[in-house]
This record gives sequence, structure tokens and C-alpha cells, in this order.
Amino acid sequence: MNKVTKYVLYDIVRNRFVMGYTLLLAAVSFSFFSFDPDPNKGLLSLLNIILMVVPLVSIIFSTIHFYNSYEFIELLSAQPLSRKSIFLSEYIGVAASLSLAFLVGVGIPTVLFEGTERGISLIISGLLLTLSFVSLAFLASVITRDKAKGMGLALVIWFYFALVYDGLVLGILFSFSDYPLEKVMLFLTALNPTDLARIMVLMKMDISALMGFTGAVFQDFFSTNYGLIIALSVLMVWVVWPVALATRIFNKKDL
Amino acid sequence: MQYFKNIPQALPPMIRAENINKSFGKLQVLRNVSVSLPQGRVVAVIGPNGSGKTTFIKTLLGMVVPDNGTIYVAGQSIANRHDYRGQIGYMPQIGRYPTHLKIKQLFDMMRDLRKENAPKALDEDLVVAFGLRDMFEKPLGTLSGGTKQKVSAALAFLFNPPILVLDEPTAGLDPLSSELLKEKIQREHDNGKLILITSHVMSDLDELATDVLYLQDGSVQFYSSVANLKLDTGEQKLGRAIAQIMSKTEASSKLSEAIKI
Repeated sequence: MNKVTKYVLYDIVRNRFVMGYTLLLAAVSFSFFSFDPDPNKGLLSLLNIILMVVPLVSIIFSTIHFYNSYEFIELLSAQPLSRKSIFLSEYIGVAASLSLAFLVGVGIPTVLFEGTERGISLIISGLLLTLSFVSLAFLASVITRDKAKGMGLALVIWFYFALVYDGLVLGILFSFSDYPLEKVMLFLTALNPTDLARIMVLMKMDISALMGFTGAVFQDFFSTNYGLIIALSVLMVWVVWPVALATRIFNKKDL
Repeated sequence: MQYFKNIPQALPPMIRAENINKSFGKLQVLRNVSVSLPQGRVVAVIGPNGSGKTTFIKTLLGMVVPDNGTIYVAGQSIANRHDYRGQIGYMPQIGRYPTHLKIKQLFDMMRDLRKENAPKALDEDLVVAFGLRDMFEKPLGTLSGGTKQKVSAALAFLFNPPILVLDEPTAGLDPLSSELLKEKIQREHDNGKLILITSHVMSDLDELATDVLYLQDGSVQFYSSVANLKLDTGEQKLGRAIAQIMSKTEASSKLSEAIKI
């Protein structure tokens, strides 16, 4: 499998868009950390940027890349290779290169300025967020052969998880504010990788008090190792299921 | 099926398709396609646009899975298998490669992929003939369409496979390269390979093909040797011979728009 991955990775690392993405992340990270004397605040600002930018870039770039590689994928499928290994090679190549961009752009500055448990949790959740949105992009790409539709679907997915979902959750909170919703909130968080990533970082900071009683429940749950492992596993599920489903579809797909 | 004759069937067929059907939604693209393609022939796959040529070729390569029917390559069914593709060299109609990869890396990758069923000595005739070695360090994204076509052709022949599938091989090539490629096809024909070519350029096919597989609306209209076809129709040119046969089978209108003689 790594026979193809190696070359996909080599190709993407030389891509100007990915270079620009790395530089953008690095510029944002360095400026947030150096402008604010309190690294905690810098981390928080950085988190907010990452939660918007990382999913967007990951899902859009991966979708464009997949459609642009279509003829190459066709050529590969005329070689003695299984569909599964072609698809996973592409996935690993794209996911690895975007993870690398994130590690260089955000990982290095974060470790330099805030190499604490909080900084590490930001890096890990950003990394898993990258992997899960690349995974969702591959799912969107195999659902339709039409590039415009695929891009639209990818954007809708991003829009949903980055903006719409939180609105829906707020709506539920307001309409059922007479009921104890803390446990429900915990469950709803698991249904959105962006929220999971956010919570994992926030809980490492001492600001959950700002989030009221729900924050206290979250703090109780996520600050234990048990809760953290659950959150990490659920985020991993968000990495695995879209690409697993996409592989199944790709296996039977007519190219 | 009256033209289904004069093809030497003594050799076991390299490719055998049995009752292949394929639909994309409501549109039936292949209807009961059954054909045996023996070793040592150069088969021109001809048909109007949308007649199922590309789909037929894609089913051979496993890119399209037929709804029913079986395809055998060298005697083995290809369903759910991928190793048989080591015996096929495929030249796609449009070669689009990762833009930042160098030609050399593409060749290295292919060699890596086909290590197990590749012969030790690679067939670098076309690499040499097209002068690709001088461009080995160039990124594929900077190449012209014709040069990419040369890369595709060189890759198809590189591993000396017993079956070659060439989709519009001469489209986009300059006259000299086109001649070089045709010479190479001729030589591989002499080496006893099975070569499938789709093309709309009848003069090229006239030079190269020994047989014609004619598809229309997804079914095989006839499969016949070129010599026999010309004899039957009394025509000198392949294009005219096919046109005449097709007009007999009441499909001349569709044909004339497909083959511009």
C-alpha cells in the first residue's frame, strides 16, 4: 500500500496550496502566542481559529484533490492492485500531508510557547480533526461522480458541523430549558467532531466555570482519564467510519 | 452474426467475455456481449459514440463491474480479482498524472507496483524512441498533452504484458511519434500479443488491425477479420467496408456520423 502513498505524499507536499496552508497556520499561531503575554489566552484564540479553518481546508482540499486525481486513480485501478489498497493509499497520502502541514504550522509554535498538557491536547485534537474531515471528504467524493456536486456536499458537511449543528443544539437547549439536559448535551457533543475537539481542549483549561452547570458536568466527565479516553475514542470513530464506508462504496463503484 | 468467422480459434482465447450486461441506471450500455479474443490478434474496437466501447474496455480492466456475465483472462474469471491486471498494459485516452511527480518517479512507482509479475528486462523501446529519458526529471504537470500521451504509451508497453489495451493511442501525438507508436504496435503484434485498440482514425486501424469488433447500442454487431471484411464487401479501405456492412444492417445513419471516412 505504501508504494502508492509515498508518491501521493511527495506530490501533495510540493503543492502550493498546502504550503500556503502551513504558512498561514504558522503565522496565526506565532502571532497569537507572541501578542498575548498569557499563553492560555493565545491558546484559546488559536483554538477558535483552528476549529473553523482546519476542517474547512481539510475537507475542501481533499475533495478537490480526489476529483483531480480521478484519471490517475483510474490508471492505478488498471494495475494489479486491489481497489481497497488504491483508495486507502490515496487517503493515507492526503491525510498524512495535511497532518504534516498542521504539525509544522501549529504543532511547532504551540510546543515552543505552550508545551504543556493544554498545548498537547490542542495539537492532538487538531490532528484528529484533520483526519476526520479528510475522511468525510473522501466519503463525499465517492458519493457522486460530479465534481461540482461533490464540492457542494463537502461544503454542506463543513457548514453543518461548524455552524448549523451548534445552532440546533442551542435551539434544543432553549426549547427544553426546563429539563435537565446535561447528559443529553454530553451525548450531542459526541455527534460532532468539531465540538468534541473543542471540549477536549477547553476542559484542559480552567474556564469551564464560564459554562455554568453544563460546564461542571462536562468538567466532571472529561477531566477524568476515563472521560478523556472516551472522547478520544469517539473522535477516532469520526476518523474511521466515513473512510470505511467510503472504501466500501469505492469497492463497488464503476470508474 | 454472419460475419463471425474466419478468426483463427486454434489458440486458447486470451480474453473471453460471456453474456456481459451492464446498465447505468435505466440506460443499458452493454447487452449480452459475448466474444473470444485469441492471442496474436490486433482487434479494432469500433462503434459510434456511446456504443459501449469504453465501457466494454473498462469491464476488461475491472474498472466497471458487469451486472451479470463473466470475463475470463487467460482462462480465469476476473471477478473479484486484481492480480490478472499484471498481464495487461493499459494506455488511457487521457493521461492525467499527479502534477508535481517527476516522470522518473511515475516509472519507479509503476515498477514497484508490478514487481511481482514484471519481467526482469523492461521493454524501454518507447522510452528511448520518444526520448523520455531526457525529460525524466521534469514534473508531469509541466508536460504538454502529447508528451503525457507518450508517457502513457511507454508505461503501457514497459512491462512486456501479453495483452495491450490502447484507448485512442494516436490521438494527440505528432506524426512522427504516431508512426513510432504504430511501428511498436506492429512489432508487438509480431511477438504474438493480443492488442485491443479503440480509435476513430480508420486509416490507423487499417494499417494495424487484423480483426474488427463492431459494437452498436451495446451489442456486438460483428466480429470479423479485416481481410474477410474487405473480401466480403469488395472494398479496399476498412472504413468503406464497415460503412457498407453497416448500411446493410440498417444502421447507416448512426454510422456515418461516427466514422468520417
